[in-house]
Amino acid sequence: MIVGVLGLQGDFREHLQALERMGVERRDVRTPEALQEVDALIIPGGESTTLSKLMNMYGLTPVLQKQARKGFPVYGTCAGAILIAKEVEDGKPQGLGLMDITVARNAYGRQLDSFETDLNIKTIGKFHGIFIRAPKITRCGSGTEILAEQDGDPVLVRQGAMLAGTFHPELTHDSRVHEYFLRMIG
Amino acid sequence: MAERGTFKVKSGLAEMLKGGVIMDVTNAEQARIAEEAGAVAVMALERVPADIRVQGGVARMSDPTKVKEIMETVTIPVMAKCRIGHFVEAQILEALGVDYIDESEVLTPADPENHVDKFKFSVPFVCGARDLGEATRRLAEGAAMIRTKGEAGTGDVIEAVRHIRLINKQIRQVISSPEDELVRLSKEWGAPLEILKLIQAEGKLPVVNFAAGGLATPADAALMMQLGCDGVFVGSGIFKSDKPDRRARAIVQAVTYFNDAAKLAEISEGLGEPMKGREAKSLEPQELLQTRGH
Repeated sequence: MIVGVLGLQGDFREHLQALERMGVERRDVRTPEALQEVDALIIPGGESTTLSKLMNMYGLTPVLQKQARKGFPVYGTCAGAILIAKEVEDGKPQGLGLMDITVARNAYGRQLDSFETDLNIKTIGKFHGIFIRAPKITRCGSGTEILAEQDGDPVLVRQGAMLAGTFHPELTHDSRVHEYFLRMIG
Repeated sequence: MAERGTFKVKSGLAEMLKGGVIMDVTNAEQARIAEEAGAVAVMALERVPADIRVQGGVARMSDPTKVKEIMETVTIPVMAKCRIGHFVEAQILEALGVDYIDESEVLTPADPENHVDKFKFSVPFVCGARDLGEATRRLAEGAAMIRTKGEAGTGDVIEAVRHIRLINKQIRQVISSPEDELVRLSKEWGAPLEILKLIQAEGKLPVVNFAAGGLATPADAALMMQLGCDGVFVGSGIFKSDKPDRRARAIVQAVTYFNDAAKLAEISEGLGEPMKGREAKSLEPQELLQTRGH
């Protein structure tokens, strides 16, 4: 299995390093062709508006949407969680609609409200969560499972082969969320 | 317990900006154009460096009205500049809630000896550097992101290239030096030893390093990326050019596809006149911005 990491912008290198530590075959994905050659995709943290524009400009959006309809697994962190959502509250950018959740951008406030804290993740246990200008998942549709919450807000949610997290496991040296994603998609 | 303002959270925002373009803007309209073009952040300021150069006078922090207006216009992070050592300007910018402060040589320095003690702030700082000594001194003061100084407002990329090449060379030197030679390098460069040890252990700077100062074209941006920068700042290069929106979009694309010459060729087409610029070599020593702060 080859896991792709969307390499258009953001901290994709840290995701690739996490996969490297786990000994997983991985690829930096920047084109529709490269997207068709991987078996799963991680959308990293970054600026969701920038990522969305580049995905549209270079034809990645329709290819990803088509693949996702056939059960192609995607894990989105922070900006990635915004992109895979069905709805984004201010509609800027529009979600790709891969997962039935609604997301509000910059929902904790500005950078001064960014924080780190310990989370308790189902089946994983205690995990250090780093939240940077993070979004909030404000609605979880049917068939979603909430794997972790912070102050009552879902911060890690799964639906089928989709996983959305509002924190950054790639900024820690802890690969357990990445391992969970790989186990999830078998 | 949720902890705010930690170093991890400060340097973490810079990690999210990687592979992106941070654009200088002077009003809400320019901020909107920058966001629409795909900028990862904007730098709110009163005058772009090219105008500061021409108009002269003391360059200071922007009027808070301007910063607030830009913060209300865009949803991407907003940065703002304070003068070197002017910790009260920094306090004001923090109170306004900006996402990053650039303690910048582009503004007239306020302290001849000291930079801001950046550990005292919850808001993260980015600082310019010409060499590893300067970069590590800024890190020792609490900077969470580094950028080359280049020579702002010239549209001439040579100084930014000089600075990143020197920083890269010095990092290689640190990595390959036995520990007892680090003491000498530390003395020679005025670089805090602890940070040199950290660089040796990690094999790289412990924070994100962007290019800045004189970038004017998509090719300039891709050049800096190929030289190993994590992303780019473009100041006067966008809004002093013919078609700011097209140029801004092209530079964003060039930073993503910096290794793809065929795409860069497409991206570089039909952008109109770049900023006219001024050869950095033609500047008198007192006109140089990069020598401010050390």
